[in-house]
Amino acid sequence: MAEPGMSQPGMSQPGMSQPGMSQPGMSQTGMSQTGMSQPGIVVIGAGPAGIRAAARLAEAGLCPVLIEEGERDGGQIYRRQPPNFSRPPEALYGAEAAKATALHRDFEALRERIDYRPGTLAWAIRDQAVLTVRGARTESLPFRALIIAAGATDRIMPVPGWTLPGVYSLGGAQIALKAQACAIGARPVFMGTGPLLYLVAWQYAKAGVAVQAVLDTTPFATRLAALRDLAARPSVLLRGMRYVLALRRRGIRLATGITPVAVEGEGGIVALRWRDKAGAEQRSECDAVGLGYGLRSETQLADLAKCRFAYDPVARQWLPELDEDGRSSVAGVYLAGDGAMVRGADAAELAGRLAACAALADLGQPPPATEIADLRRALRPMNRFRRGLEAGFPWPAQLAAGLPDETIVCRCEAITAGELRRAATDLDAPEVNRAKAFSRVGMGRCQGRMCGLAGAEIFAAARGVPIEEAGRLRGAAPVKPLPMIEEPGP
Amino acid sequence: MAGQFQRVDERNRSTVRLEIDRVPVTALAGDTLMVAILTNTGQLRASEFGDGARAGFCLMGACQDCWVWNEEGERLRACSTTVAEGMRILTREAPWPSPA
Ligand SMILES: Cc1cc2nc3c(=O)[nH]c(=O)nc-3n(C[C@H](O)[C@H](O)[C@H](O)COP(=O)(O)OP(=O)(O)OC[C@H]3O[C@@H](n4cnc5c(N)ncnc54)[C@H](O)[C@@H]3O)c2cc1C
Repeated sequence: MAEPGMSQPGMSQPGMSQPGMSQPGMSQTGMSQTGMSQPGIVVIGAGPAGIRAAARLAEAGLCPVLIEEGERDGGQIYRRQPPNFSRPPEALYGAEAAKATALHRDFEALRERIDYRPGTLAWAIRDQAVLTVRGARTESLPFRALIIAAGATDRIMPVPGWTLPGVYSLGGAQIALKAQACAIGARPVFMGTGPLLYLVAWQYAKAGVAVQAVLDTTPFATRLAALRDLAARPSVLLRGMRYVLALRRRGIRLATGITPVAVEGEGGIVALRWRDKAGAEQRSECDAVGLGYGLRSETQLADLAKCRFAYDPVARQWLPELDEDGRSSVAGVYLAGDGAMVRGADAAELAGRLAACAALADLGQPPPATEIADLRRALRPMNRFRRGLEAGFPWPAQLAAGLPDETIVCRCEAITAGELRRAATDLDAPEVNRAKAFSRVGMGRCQGRMCGLAGAEIFAAARGVPIEEAGRLRGAAPVKPLPMIEEPGP
Repeated sequence: MAGQFQRVDERNRSTVRLEIDRVPVTALAGDTLMVAILTNTGQLRASEFGDGARAGFCLMGACQDCWVWNEEGERLRACSTTVAEGMRILTREAPWPSPA
């Protein structure tokens, strides 16, 4: 664990501007003559997890830096619309309006007490410091404790035609509606699996959009088999069932156990082709497709912090190894929320607070034991529910093997399934990082966020090895492409 | 071609004028560049790899498939950039001026 007063090697990165802004902890420690400061407490991500973590640290009298890439707080589920929009919280967040309002209100009260930096990307973690960029300005923030609450993105399985204009991730379809009051098309189809599939379709229908069909790759019997674990959170389960009923009542076509075939069109979409559970080909005319199969944790930063990862058979993903409270394998680095493990917003709030408690304990300011015990207890049903979600809406790994060779897998560089298969077999790449070097799948500017999981499945299927033997795409800095950086001053 | 995105609410906002590939278009204050472009047309950019038109994908700054440029050559992520009056947007990267 880093001690206060350690050297801050990150401060002298070549090519860094030194904008002379205050450093973490500045308000308490002041700046020394060299412009150095005590390493501070840094939280990345102002979603439910990061906000609750920062709030708990502030309660303990600390002044954490909270870094958020977006211009507004709230994260994904409680994403805020621009200030000149006027829809009430009930219209935006539905059944979650009260929770959204509470989080936003608590954040307003918090933001003056912490060092909040919106519009700022954490792009690397190096030598016990977080490197950030806002506009063209970069900065290095040495830390004693770092809580990463970076959230998740959609888990995507490509389908022929998925790069056509009009195909969006399910999360993207929801953002268009929530944050911009726009639909991704006039007649969308939603395809994939997971609770978000039905939620987004219902939100669109409620907004008056002519949803053409909701197509779920999970067979109904699979869903039923997971009911026991899903019942760990009865109210959430019930709400999900209500969305399905509401869609059916509106006469929207719902199908389970489907197999995607292709998005049809040229320069735009005219239809989606799929096979029903009996294997018969169907065609749904539409002008947009929302596509998604659950969520994947955003783990690049944990990778750059050198956290140890383990293969998680529930999510079929490599995730950072954590103790019950969110401690990673690296002293002083904690993870919370969907970025650690996808358990949803309520769990994210609890886990954010718990990770802050763990950090406080390690910093020598232990919180009351009952607080930690209560948070752990509240999180337990969330773990069972997560197992239920992954089992009841499984990632359709089996589709990877059937994707035609011409299907684009990497949309950044238009690399096909066939090219990836050749890297796996003809070029004999033993694991995905080598296949990436050969084929460039996962090397593009999204760093494998969109193609990584599907690419690994295609790779594993081509080599005939289990997915955990395909390895894990490693994160690299910068975690997202940087704007042109100012040269450091003379 | 008609716009890909359809406005479903929040239509009573002040308008903003901008140019996209030198064509004047109107958007609403608070729109992202992506919405400004896709409520006016059906695509956002051409893939540099020759596989056709693109119109973004994730809307949350992760996929990097909605890059556009301003006339100064600065790259903008359309899904997370708010429109401003008088913006002049290019959907293709302007070639670097060749050295004299
Ligand atoms: C698009 C989308 C829509 C969703 N909609 C719903 C829904 O309607 N209902 C539901 O129950 N669940 C929904 N979820 C699940 C949702 O993610 C969780 O319920 C909840 O938002 C998780 O909270 P979090 O704090 O862990 O992460 P998030 O809310 O995702 O917050 C993470 C924050 O970290 C920031 N961040 C990430 N990386 C960096 C970086 N390098 N530098 C700076 N900032 C960074 C992000 O900008 C973001 O604001 C959705 C998820 C996604 C991806």
